[in-house]
Amino acid sequence: MPAKDPTRCHVNATELPVIDHSPTPAQWFLPRQSLQTLLDQLQRLGYEVVGPRIDQAAIVYDQIESVDELPAGWTDLQSPGQYRLQPRADDALFGYVVGPHSWKKYLFPPLVNLMRSTKTTDGWQMQDEPQEPRRYALLGVRACELAAIAIQDRVFLSERYTDPLYQQRRHALLIIAVNCTQAASTCFCTSMQSGPRCTSGFDLALTELPTGFVVEIGSPGGQAVADDLPLRPATEQERESSSLARKTAFDQITRQLDTTNIRDKLMTRLEHPRWADVASRCLSCANCTLVCPTCFCHSVDDVTDLTSDEVIRQRHWDSCFNMDFSYANGGAVRDNVRSRYRQWLTHKLASWIDQFGSSGCVGCGRCITWCPVGIDLTEEVAAICSEPST
Amino acid sequence: MTNNPWLSQVATVESVTQEIDSVATYQLRLDDPRAAQRYRFQPGQFNMLYLPSCGEAAISHSGPPSHDGNRFLHTIRFVGRVTDSIAKLQAGDQIGVRGPFGSAWPMRQCVGQDVVIVTGGLGLAPLRPAIYHLLQGRVDYRRVILLYGARSPGLLLYRREMESWQQSGLEVHLTVDRADIDWDGAVGIVPLLLDRLEGLRPDQTQVLTCGPEVMMHYAALAAVRLGVPKSAIWLSVERNMQCAFGMCGHCQLGPVFVCRDGPVFRYDQVHQLLKVRDL
Repeated sequence: MPAKDPTRCHVNATELPVIDHSPTPAQWFLPRQSLQTLLDQLQRLGYEVVGPRIDQAAIVYDQIESVDELPAGWTDLQSPGQYRLQPRADDALFGYVVGPHSWKKYLFPPLVNLMRSTKTTDGWQMQDEPQEPRRYALLGVRACELAAIAIQDRVFLSERYTDPLYQQRRHALLIIAVNCTQAASTCFCTSMQSGPRCTSGFDLALTELPTGFVVEIGSPGGQAVADDLPLRPATEQERESSSLARKTAFDQITRQLDTTNIRDKLMTRLEHPRWADVASRCLSCANCTLVCPTCFCHSVDDVTDLTSDEVIRQRHWDSCFNMDFSYANGGAVRDNVRSRYRQWLTHKLASWIDQFGSSGCVGCGRCITWCPVGIDLTEEVAAICSEPST
Repeated sequence: MTNNPWLSQVATVESVTQEIDSVATYQLRLDDPRAAQRYRFQPGQFNMLYLPSCGEAAISHSGPPSHDGNRFLHTIRFVGRVTDSIAKLQAGDQIGVRGPFGSAWPMRQCVGQDVVIVTGGLGLAPLRPAIYHLLQGRVDYRRVILLYGARSPGLLLYRREMESWQQSGLEVHLTVDRADIDWDGAVGIVPLLLDRLEGLRPDQTQVLTCGPEVMMHYAALAAVRLGVPKSAIWLSVERNMQCAFGMCGHCQLGPVFVCRDGPVFRYDQVHQLLKVRDL
């Protein structure tokens, strides 16, 4: 950018701010009964709306068409290795935190066809597998999940290589965030500076009140959607109530992870006895990596018809907890649980910083809740880092 | 759509040269003439070779890095599902190719220096493009030395070329673990050859090493003992690679993606990581 010349006025007349003397609230109010209007409008705009709904006794993310499909009046109770739904005293639509699903399944689907080889009389033809463009509107994205999407952006949309499918879906994405108004015992987003307040990375952000939603607009795309909604400026009382509701979530977060110098602390303790200790409890089942909203590791396999003349190369989620994951030269590099747990934890919290400039953890607590033996990474990190380096 | 980094290009096998037992060199050419014309690689880089319904394998370039990439060579040992199927290919058969990927040997840093290549077994294959490069511009370098070992004389790769390499100014020192009746060379492990090198100017030397990790470890230690700085020792690391561009996660070694940040690393950047068991 050229240096500014103080003798010249650089403000272009067309850039002069429009002075509006009427109060311009940054927060709006959407009555509860008008949430369906939002869904209808998103569908009209060509979005596939996905949001929370109950399936198999858990709140998962799936396609929704009606507000009636949201888990009204339900909440979740979470602790290490435990997840239970239970009725709420009210009929809140977003009165829970995060479940076993994350939004990564829409941007980085568990199973994707990458290319197709066809045997012809002229030999093999290798072609892109056409991907149907998808326009998703995500409803109910929490602050930690916004952070997770930003982290996966850095993985799949790097300067050198981009994943075409992720890129298409990400660019077409509309995000309607929801501020948490409560926290689970497994939440630690405050430690990871990723929540609980949604501050950026959304198109619209809602804070639920008994009568409706306080709405913030985060992008021109969000503004365009908001323009057609029956919004009115939020009253002072509604703003205060929403602020109080968000504070409740903040106050309920008790779990902590000390991230001070965590990269060096972990990487200088690779032979700490705690790794063997946690390995004796870890089942190496890969649940933590599947529920993690940022874990991106994957494998590629061929799927073929019976004649082997039509072969599809398929990408599927994989996990560093699987033995074959590090297979090279006739054996697995990490052939024991200790090294696999260490790989997962040090990647997530330490080497991720070297690779992508941020932690790979957003403090959502899914890996704690969905670990069948209730291993809590915050506890493991505390145990490993509390002692001098080995 | 051409920006799919997973998409293979079809290439044709032009010739197959049997090297040693279970090892052959394949000359390949991309079928699309424009892609063939554009194709370039640097010594040390690799391709992902693909056989439909079989899978992909990361294979280093082993031929001369000519300006016309129309043809390129891969020396392959038949050790797994994919390479065992590649073994069945003949001239005229097709194969998928993605690449080139990865970092390269430090050819620029070698200019004006003594260059010592320390390698064992099939590790010579990824270094052969570097040897061709060094010998082609031989006057730009001081001593160029190849220290090469194999389990037995019959497992030494590219022996038919050694004489012409020597004539072009390469000092060749061979060693085997087990000699046979015709062998009159050295017996013992490769790093020992490094210990015996005389007249090396350690502060003006680049060491390039490729082979089993344990061999590279001792080769690097021997080089450091001679006084070669860790920052002048380079090694090529092997890990499970699937995407080849730092996205699938398989090849991680601590903070690095071996496929993208390597396979060629400077020793001082990875020696701490390589010391950790099962990392």
